[in-house]
Amino acid sequence: MPNFSSLLKNHYDSSPDKISVTILHGGQPDRPVTYRELIHGAAGYVETFSQNGIRPGDVVLLILQHGIDLLYAYYGAILHGAIPSIMPFLTEKLLPERYRADLAALVSVTQPSAIITYRDFEAEVRGALKPGEDSVKAVITSDQVEGPRSPDFAAFGGLQRKPEDIVLLQHSSGTTGLQKGVALSHQAVINQLTDYSKAIRLSDADVFVSWLPLYHDMGLIACWLMPILLGYPLVILSPFEWIRAPYRLLQAVSKYKGTLSWLPNFAYNFCAQKIRDRDLEGVNLSSWRAISNCSEPMRWDSHQAFFERFRGLGLRYEALTTCYAMAENVFAVTQGGIGGPVVFEDVDRESLQVEKVARPSIAEKPVIRMLGAGKAIPNTAVSILDSHGHALPDRTVGEVALKSNCMLSGYYHRPDATEKAFTNGWYLTGDFGYLVDGELYITGRKKDLIIVGGKNIYPQDLELLAYEVAGVHAGRASAFGVFNDATGTEEVVMVAEVESTDPAEQQKISNMIRATVTRGSAVALRYVHIVGKHWLVKTSSGKTARAANREKFLREMVEKGQEF
Amino acid sequence: MNSDEIKAKLADYLAKDILRQPGRTIQPDEALLTSGLIDSFHLVDLALFVEDNFGVHIDDSELNASTFDSLNGLIALIQSRQ
Repeated sequence: MPNFSSLLKNHYDSSPDKISVTILHGGQPDRPVTYRELIHGAAGYVETFSQNGIRPGDVVLLILQHGIDLLYAYYGAILHGAIPSIMPFLTEKLLPERYRADLAALVSVTQPSAIITYRDFEAEVRGALKPGEDSVKAVITSDQVEGPRSPDFAAFGGLQRKPEDIVLLQHSSGTTGLQKGVALSHQAVINQLTDYSKAIRLSDADVFVSWLPLYHDMGLIACWLMPILLGYPLVILSPFEWIRAPYRLLQAVSKYKGTLSWLPNFAYNFCAQKIRDRDLEGVNLSSWRAISNCSEPMRWDSHQAFFERFRGLGLRYEALTTCYAMAENVFAVTQGGIGGPVVFEDVDRESLQVEKVARPSIAEKPVIRMLGAGKAIPNTAVSILDSHGHALPDRTVGEVALKSNCMLSGYYHRPDATEKAFTNGWYLTGDFGYLVDGELYITGRKKDLIIVGGKNIYPQDLELLAYEVAGVHAGRASAFGVFNDATGTEEVVMVAEVESTDPAEQQKISNMIRATVTRGSAVALRYVHIVGKHWLVKTSSGKTARAANREKFLREMVEKGQEF
Repeated sequence: MNSDEIKAKLADYLAKDILRQPGRTIQPDEALLTSGLIDSFHLVDLALFVEDNFGVHIDDSELNASTFDSLNGLIALIQSRQ
């Protein structure tokens, strides 16, 4: 059974001059990195980890931007046998003290031995630590790391790691997300890569192109580990640059004859709406064979908009594919659109919403167009369960459950959370959906999670921030997501009860809520709705009933004639 | 276009199209990016709007709070290029 290090060693031995990764940065020449350079750079990190007393099996937190340092540090940790975990970088809208609090929380749960960051970010990191009390033995800045060198694989801890050993941790952001690090074993990740590469029919002609963040499974597994460990070229740009210059993804696909990309749904709308023709001169997208829509609700309209905008550049309709994935299954659960176009169907809206049954459309009645997420990848089984854990027939909506040979080892240091996630050996995803002959359709979510642009956001984190605002009492705010068809993703709404009826005072509180939530979570609120006492719907146990508040909010917007 | 006209046009666009609160006043020195009023999803929209309406180009590398974070900052950037 191979492990991550033996896979890397094979590439180094057999094709050292092959370009593994090409890093793109605006205003700089593209930076190709061969397997030799990758392993040599990573070997410098191994040496530094050894010097600092970091042992195989220790967790190493990486707080670095997309680029060569992150590449060397990540694979250096792997070769050393340590467990890398990428923590998002501080953004300009997040308050530094909040970032430090999140980091301190992450440190207390994952007990890392080392943190790797930049020199000019070191003070920020140290501000979150308690020297002598916490687990961190070393804060290593990228400029202190030993230079590239020939690897001594026999001395590296990485080759000794067993299949069942944990190889990496993945976290969602925010106070809640950071508490649940998904721990994955070598075996689980390699099983996923083996099975998923069959599902997408990976071949030697493939080139991966990605702008995705690496602290998220879609970027980390599909567009970082899969190409590098399996030996396919990867072209990578940073999410920070892509959001400001989305055309660069298309230019990169054209220049490097990219074949595979993964995008959250909003990115289809974003690219279709915000790229100027002058930035597409000479761009040819005919090499793109699978662009997998993944990690947030997928819309047929988004695929159409993307296709219509770029078909003139050689984009093929069959290239628009779909995927349903989650970190707990390493990544992919299903894949659609490979070897035939993505499946979609029109179902009767009333039956779906009221009876929870997806009936094919009935003449002249309103329909919902459902985009299929595809069929389960090899060695992953999908079932739809009712609230008692019994399997439901085709076309009946229930909770999506899965079983596979690539499940998480557990939530790191959280056996309680791990146990709760499984019922009779099935992992309960918290998503609702239905099956038709093995094709999975996702209809909604059981959990209150909000997904904006593919990023998971926990409403309770945002509500806690709103309670910090003077004039908003604890328990008197509710956050939820509302899907926006134009942007192709959810937008965050906060409803808050306040006592004041003075419009100026209400506006002030609204501004404060916006500022406090954004600076405390890096999540921008699209709408803050200030209401009077007793507006919010509570559950019988006194908790905020977010789904009910969402319905009430949407009704009010309709009554007011406001578009939402 | 003088700075008051630029300001009025920008403020109107931000309130109506980005914040979707047409009546919302935006103070000239109010933080736009670091406050989260404009999040990264809308930076490209803002750059396109500026280019279409004021005939100046903002490079994508300039779309961050160190180049401008308020209406005043943005107006200064536009005027320096007109």
